[in-house]
Amino acid sequence: MESKPRAAASTTKTGAQIVVDTLIEEGVDTMFGYIGGVVLPLFDKLYDAPINFIVPRHEQGGCHMADAYARVSGKVGVVVATSGPGACNLVTGLATANMDSIPLVALTGQVRTELIGNDAFQEADTTGITRPVTKYNCIVEDVKDLARTIREAFHIASTGRKGPVLIDLPVDVAVSKYKADGPDEMDLPGYRVRTEGHARQISTAAKAINKSQQPVLYVGGGVISANASKELRALAEKANLPVTMTLLGLGSYDQTKPKSLDMLGMHGSAYANYAVQECDLLIAVGARFDDRVTGKIAAFAPNAKIIHIDIDPASISKNVRVDIPVVGDAKEILRELAKGVEHHERKKWFDKIADWKKKFPFRYDLDSKTIKPQYVIDEICSQTKNKAIVTTGVGQNQMWAAQFYKFTKPRQLISSGGLGTMGFGLPAAIGAQIADPKATVVDIDGDHSFNMTMTELATAVEHNLPIKVCILNNGYMGMVRQWQELFYGKRYSKTYLANPDYADLARALGAIGMTVDKKADVPKTVKEMLAQKKPCVVDFKVDREENVWPMVPSGKSLNEMDGLDILERLI
Amino acid sequence: MKHLISALVENKPGVLAHIAGMFAARAFNIDSLVVGRTEDPKLSRMTIVVVGDDRVVEQVRKQLAKVVPVVKVQDFVGQPIVARDLMLVSVVAPPEKRPEIVSLVEMFRGKVVDIGQKTLMIEVSGPESKIDAFINACKPYGIKSVARTGTIAMPRQAKSSPDAYGRL
Ligand SMILES: Cc1ncc(C[n+]2csc(CCOP(=O)(O)OP(=O)(O)O)c2C)c(N)n1
Ligand SMILES: [Mg+2]
Repeated sequence: MESKPRAAASTTKTGAQIVVDTLIEEGVDTMFGYIGGVVLPLFDKLYDAPINFIVPRHEQGGCHMADAYARVSGKVGVVVATSGPGACNLVTGLATANMDSIPLVALTGQVRTELIGNDAFQEADTTGITRPVTKYNCIVEDVKDLARTIREAFHIASTGRKGPVLIDLPVDVAVSKYKADGPDEMDLPGYRVRTEGHARQISTAAKAINKSQQPVLYVGGGVISANASKELRALAEKANLPVTMTLLGLGSYDQTKPKSLDMLGMHGSAYANYAVQECDLLIAVGARFDDRVTGKIAAFAPNAKIIHIDIDPASISKNVRVDIPVVGDAKEILRELAKGVEHHERKKWFDKIADWKKKFPFRYDLDSKTIKPQYVIDEICSQTKNKAIVTTGVGQNQMWAAQFYKFTKPRQLISSGGLGTMGFGLPAAIGAQIADPKATVVDIDGDHSFNMTMTELATAVEHNLPIKVCILNNGYMGMVRQWQELFYGKRYSKTYLANPDYADLARALGAIGMTVDKKADVPKTVKEMLAQKKPCVVDFKVDREENVWPMVPSGKSLNEMDGLDILERLI
Repeated sequence: MKHLISALVENKPGVLAHIAGMFAARAFNIDSLVVGRTEDPKLSRMTIVVVGDDRVVEQVRKQLAKVVPVVKVQDFVGQPIVARDLMLVSVVAPPEKRPEIVSLVEMFRGKVVDIGQKTLMIEVSGPESKIDAFINACKPYGIKSVARTGTIAMPRQAKSSPDAYGRL
């Protein structure tokens, strides 16, 4: 197994020093975390380490920051927490990263080895609690295993189907001394990643593409993770294929290009969903046939042969039977695949798609008196020239961001897809801004999502990060309210809570706060917001009962979308 | 249908938890799971009997292979194998019934391993079906308690040799 060059470890060091040195060898220059009793030795060594260390106001926030840092930079995010409550507070963040295959290394302190199992103060069974929400985790009980285990954690987190890896470090190991003698190579006999796609499968796939009259490329976050957007574009152009993307795949193909079908699935575009249902060949790349994407699985893409390119063999034929699986790294496979494909015009197919696009674009009422949330996003998209990094909360705000911001580049949309974690938007914006200080970072958030982690505004202020938080304030847990409206007879049970004055709140924390309640003020407020050099929160008082359309109700197939009549009436 | 899956895993703390946790989290239905040392002190072998259709078992195999400390996974379905369970069973055995029970034990090539005042402890090994048959045969006398290892298995080397009772 390859290992990175490192200085001969000939001096005696404490476990804590080994951690810091190994992190630096792994290229870590930024990390996130929160102190506590059992991580004191580690934080002591971090005191003068050349690492930009960001302290969140809550470990969950720190974990989302590290996650977004990883999503934007392509590097491994690193987060530290103390034992017990600190480690427990990481769980939501780890699960979020795990569902979206984001490379993270989490380091947690643990009570002294001899106390483990005794219900010691601030003891929690951290590896037990986090096992189902990490790619891998372990406890280091001997200082001589420490450096190797950290290197292994980075390797596991950042290869194959990426994901979070947690290392639990008892405090006695952190203070014990060790002098490494000789090399300490990774030892992972059970961890192998197949990156090279099977040549015959690739040529079978190429033939299927060449034969197809009505193909669709269906692209997920795996393409972004594999840095394969360029190769994807090359394939789509050469073979002339329309491209639809999952929420996490958005940005892998430029949405301003005519071949983009935008997002598919429950709140995807009608044209993407129709195209998938009518295609004769579905080419899935780095996507996992999630239920929010497929709708009723038995009726999904009924006429299609399915090619599935994925790094994770276990995702092949997990939900949908696959005809041509290709396991390996998307970048390599797409490059090889492109060599074998021919350009076909497929005029009838593209005409049909163009008809759907014309008939059912994403739409909202342009003439409304109220501020439509979609309008705010439209305005942000045009004023940022499709170039901002956009983070989101969860709910309607997230779906509208996905529908109305047209992404042109990978790593531009940072959103919790798999877990759907409310509260992700603000800490994610902080992590994103730290990863890319020059970028315009806009958090398109929901009022209640924002409520969950708004304490991190203090972190943004402390570091003077010019993030822009746009609260699409409908006063509701809008997405849930929408379901209550549609499926529970408008009984809005517990989806309305009293909100603070967000502009006041922002100012109290040292950020800039603005409120917009007139439609006419939206463009100039967005402009003003984008000009700020400090954290800025804008409370957009949007239409309270706007719904997200189209919508494939749970258990229906993708072509059974609700709301198309509403969209048609808006022409 | 039952499948026998054999996994070579790293012999280190937490491995069983990783595997058992994965089975629970993915709602896979396991019949038995046996772990033991191998000739290599760094590796253990797990033999897992899984219930499910081919697609489920395919997922089990893949998900198992994905667990980091799992080195190798084999599904023995369709292969000639030898599969064995070991059972200790305590049977109610008043003196007058003992000869009968002992001859039953001989028929099953078992062993009496402990003699109590009112019971006999018997050791029987073999394929699951044989163990089940022995339990049934003992039921009329009264069974006090049963301890079974679960199935362990190995593929046969001589492919042409009879399948004996190795198949599940
Ligand atoms: C941590 C968490 N709790 C609960 C939910 C369930 N949930 C999904 S969307 C939503 C409402 C979101 O409200 P808001 O942030 O105001 O967004 P809106 O839909 O109004 O845009 C809720 C409660 C969730 N996704 N995450
Ligand atoms: Mg809301």
